[in-house]
Amino acid sequence: MSGSLGRAAAALLRWGRGGLWGPGVRAAGSGGGGGGSAEQLDTLVKKDKVVVFLKGTPEQPQCGFSNAVVQILRLHGVSDYAAYNVLDDPQLRQGIKDYSNWPTIPQVYLNGEFVGGCDILLQMHQNGDLVEELKKLGIRSALLDETKDQDSK
Amino acid sequence: MLSGQLVRRLFSMASRVCLARGSPGSGTIGPVEATIRTKLEQALNPEVLELRNESGGHAVPAGSETHFRVAVVSSRFEGLSPLQRHRLVHAALAEELAGPVHALAIQARTPAQWRENPQLDVSPPCLGGSKKTRGTP
Repeated sequence: MSGSLGRAAAALLRWGRGGLWGPGVRAAGSGGGGGGSAEQLDTLVKKDKVVVFLKGTPEQPQCGFSNAVVQILRLHGVSDYAAYNVLDDPQLRQGIKDYSNWPTIPQVYLNGEFVGGCDILLQMHQNGDLVEELKKLGIRSALLDETKDQDSK
Repeated sequence: MLSGQLVRRLFSMASRVCLARGSPGSGTIGPVEATIRTKLEQALNPEVLELRNESGGHAVPAGSETHFRVAVVSSRFEGLSPLQRHRLVHAALAEELAGPVHALAIQARTPAQWRENPQLDVSPPCLGGSKKTRGTP
């Protein structure tokens, strides 16, 4: 199985820019998410099981690293997550960096806990940790079901 | 399969020799790149330190030093989570990250992990979301 995940990761490294999104993805950045205080951000990252802060939206990422995060979640069939576009809100852009003490965007939160940026999510994807972490949240990774399809390609 | 791995490994070793001598193929090393290298060497005493200026792939002027990818291979990372490892790198480069460096992709490995796959990865292509191009798709 780790071999299959490895191949999926290799496919991912071609960095295709997909455009198919589940109906659950909420581009929450414009309007509602405003404000950058630690208290507000704490509420924001804990409101949903999977929360990402991106440059751009899941439909139209404005940065290759943000796109990679979106693609990884898509590979795992995670469609119900909250995405905030920091380019829409300078306060949010700085605030989330201060909140997590992390200098770059994208940022990924699972169950209210900061897990890292693109590099770490990719690493978790490649080594199988992401499947396990999603399971803890009650989310079954689509890669578990699609392993055979991946193998046959 | 095996030979493929060998080739990759040899290639990676060759590129490391090049890096040790200077910048491979891309001309001069800029001041920010030099500082990043020095600070990481001082902070983490890396066994291998590979650094690539990826700014050329982004919507910034030629010769910019804004986007970097680094592989830091250090025994200091033993027993640390990926998050903790990245935070060590961020701490060493706090000044650069608060200033000129806009993006930093990090591969933080222990020596044993590096030997399994000793290569500096390739970053995803830019999608044009810098401050200047903001709003244009």
